Amino acid sequence: MSDYDFSSERPKPSHFQERQDELNIHNAWSSWNGYKFAEYFYDAEYEYFCVRNTCGTYDICPMQKYLIKGRDAERMLNRMVTRDVTKIRTNRVSYVVWCNDEGRLIDDGTIFKLADDQFMLNCGSPCSAWLDKSAFGFPNVTITDKSDEIAALALQGPTSCAVLKRMGLTGIENAKPFSINHFDFQGDRLMVSRTGFTGDLGYELWIDHGLAIELWDTVYEAGRDVGIHPYGDQATNMLRLEAGFIMPGYEFNEALKTVHFEHDQTPFELNLGWLVDFKKPHFNGRRALLKEQERGPRYTLTKLDIEGNKPAEDSFLYSSKRCTDEIGYVTSGMWSPAAKANIALAMIETEYLDGEIWSEIYYEKELRQYSKVARCTIQQEPFWSPARTRATPAADY
Amino acid sequence: MKRYDAIVIGAGHNGLTNAAYLAKAGLDVLVVEKNDYIGGAAVSRELHEGWTYSNCSYVCSLMRQAIHRDLDLSRHGLILVPYLGSVNYDDDGNTLIAYNSEEAAYLELKRHSKHDADSMFRFQADLTRYARLIRKTLLRTPPDPTSFRTRDIHELLFLAKQFWSLGEKEIYEYVRFFTLSAVDFLEDYFENELIKQSKASSGIIGTALGVYSPGSSYILLHHVMGDVDGSIGAWGLARGGMGAISNAIASAFQSFGGEIRTNAGVSQILVEGGKAVGVVLDNGDEIRARVVVSNLDAKRTFTQIIDKNDLPLGIYEKAKNFKIRGSSGKVNIALSGLPKFSNVPDNAYVNRGGLELTGSLETMERAYDCWKRGRFSDDPYIEGVIPSAWDPTVAPPGKHWMSNFIQYCPAELADGPWTPEKRDLFGQTVIDKIARYCPGFKDLIVHVEVRTPHEIEQEIGLTEGNIFQGELTIDQLFFNRPFPGYAQYRMPLKHLYMCGSSTHPGGGVSSACGANAAREILIDLKRPNSVPADDFYDE
Repeated sequence: MSDYDFSSERPKPSHFQERQDELNIHNAWSSWNGYKFAEYFYDAEYEYFCVRNTCGTYDICPMQKYLIKGRDAERMLNRMVTRDVTKIRTNRVSYVVWCNDEGRLIDDGTIFKLADDQFMLNCGSPCSAWLDKSAFGFPNVTITDKSDEIAALALQGPTSCAVLKRMGLTGIENAKPFSINHFDFQGDRLMVSRTGFTGDLGYELWIDHGLAIELWDTVYEAGRDVGIHPYGDQATNMLRLEAGFIMPGYEFNEALKTVHFEHDQTPFELNLGWLVDFKKPHFNGRRALLKEQERGPRYTLTKLDIEGNKPAEDSFLYSSKRCTDEIGYVTSGMWSPAAKANIALAMIETEYLDGEIWSEIYYEKELRQYSKVARCTIQQEPFWSPARTRATPAADY
Repeated sequence: MKRYDAIVIGAGHNGLTNAAYLAKAGLDVLVVEKNDYIGGAAVSRELHEGWTYSNCSYVCSLMRQAIHRDLDLSRHGLILVPYLGSVNYDDDGNTLIAYNSEEAAYLELKRHSKHDADSMFRFQADLTRYARLIRKTLLRTPPDPTSFRTRDIHELLFLAKQFWSLGEKEIYEYVRFFTLSAVDFLEDYFENELIKQSKASSGIIGTALGVYSPGSSYILLHHVMGDVDGSIGAWGLARGGMGAISNAIASAFQSFGGEIRTNAGVSQILVEGGKAVGVVLDNGDEIRARVVVSNLDAKRTFTQIIDKNDLPLGIYEKAKNFKIRGSSGKVNIALSGLPKFSNVPDNAYVNRGGLELTGSLETMERAYDCWKRGRFSDDPYIEGVIPSAWDPTVAPPGKHWMSNFIQYCPAELADGPWTPEKRDLFGQTVIDKIARYCPGFKDLIVHVEVRTPHEIEQEIGLTEGNIFQGELTIDQLFFNRPFPGYAQYRMPLKHLYMCGSSTHPGGGVSSACGANAAREILIDLKRPNSVPADDFYDE
């Protein structure tokens, strides 16, 4: 045997790895942006319920974090994303998408406005090259990739505010959704945003990576009596689907990675038209999006409630029960334990939205394949959207 | 004076479900409830400041998802959270842990018996097969086997088809299964005592039968055929306690325009010309309606609130002899901290869930002997759950409460009526037994509520405190429930219906009885059906 340890090919440890290793009882790991990343820790459904019933933590160290500074930072971002960045107030967060010239989605993410000339952009996939390209013509911008230096932990669920209060973050209950709040933590700065990807009450904690383990221990000590538990990718996927949030690789294919013509999506197709602001100065993809707005999107991302309890993952959708005319496809589907409904997100040809929608669902029963055709009903509201998600002051449970 | 379309007597979860479906179909519905709170036995009560007990039913697995979904109970505030793991103790303090993961559960069984660990696969497959068949009948009205009406024949054919799909060998086994004792059934699979007793205990919960009594195998099935989100056999807690279920159904009912009146016990069902026409309340008020629906048990309905002379011949006697013997008690304990039980690892996934003090098969049978002699068991079977370890809303952070279900405790004692002293002695027996497995338990106690069948009957109105509104033995199941010939929710008086657990499919927080009854009432009133079919398990 050689002594070579394959270190360059092994997933790298997250800043919270030491603690997560202890808690990942079944060694259920995958990876995200090169980091070792939990599929689940003990049981995915249990962890899902922790977020709906108590609270859970989710490692967002692998998320890409870019610090964008300088006099031109705001103008540069405003040129890049579809939303009006000048409307974001300091210490506020905004959900944004950015597109290529054809108006097709490159990625989505959040912009944190830290000061007039300082922003943090967070997104799922690396985008240094696109940021550099977007900064062309804006001399007073510096872009720093902070992904490896900032440790970040999502804390989500009805008891999440109680955890932060027990940590001594005075006044955190008054933090509004999408606000950024700063606290002292062991002599360093702890940033707490009221943001998340679960559709429930929740926060994201941001700190220098050197204090990651201290932060973890403090959070877990404070959360011990209010049901804190880590959750991984599987629970996240359930939670975000109930909240109606899109995920790359499911609802959209990143435009810069798309090979086939129009196998990527526009914001309008993803039902994110509200993120596109034509009143602001020119931005990337504007012309194409304006045209699409006039013409209407070919597809529309739609929330479906499907009869029965068989998840409609990967199903085709049809305009009649006979399943002759295909009108779309399911992007994500599952049985929702909280809503007690068979839910799905689906891309449906816009012109067929007013008619009947039927899903052809395949499922297995003891090695035999079965199929059924189920009626789908369009839902306007997210499948899970309790009042506590938006309420300020936030409740203790 | 206003005349309602329907009056439902009793705001238990089935009464509320029934009312909700009638109101959803456009009827003007009033629910009257004797207590100043709603929920019946699916109730959350703060009896000590800061602690909320599910002081009757405490866990849930039979709640029909089709109803939960159809009435949009999640939007009305209901969330059912499964809890993991349980620990079973024998008399010597040895433990058998039910782990959540299949692999860990297998290894734990193997620690006790290699044979039984392997045999568990066959046991689970057989039980699942039996459960699947019963589950399909839950949201259906039992057919009348003597009727030639198209609908009854259709339903009988449906049943026959389900039976035939089992295969010839399994049909024999299935029929046999209904008459077996829990132990006889288990003997076919297991050799290890602790494993056997851990399964047998489900066969006696809420029932005046022992683990060796014929018929207890069905009770076992009744307790494991439920599910939480499709994982069969799993049990859930309602966030906020079991009252959250009733409250959500009540909220759905009110959103359809329904009306609930509390502090409104019914003293009598008004009968005119052989037809139920309304109710008289305890305060003398008369309220009239086109139909009257009783959520009370069969015995209470026909022997307490209907004049015997209003009933057709023989019904009073049938009701009087309806088997509804009280056999269970409940001890709810507020605790200043999480109790630490002996011989169980400090594993938060298993030591906060079910705690089964089964002792041995003999211990459980002796506990039953006490009941037969009119005494509460001196060494009872206890099923404990600590809801606060899962639900942040029912006790202050770091504090807990433990629900203890006790088998056996009789409704009537051989040495005279229940007194507060005897009740407390019963509670002490239970606490002493728990403390045997949890040294230091007594130091954690903040508040105790002891409920014998006597208290349960007085407060909730369940005759003899029987948790199922009548025993789940084959003579009182399916088309025999509550009485042969009256299993389709229509009672011997015209315009009188029953919708509680005395009807098919029996006890448990399922909402199925109430929904099935609503379907029948709507047929009679020539209204379109508003009750969903249980389309979840037909594939």
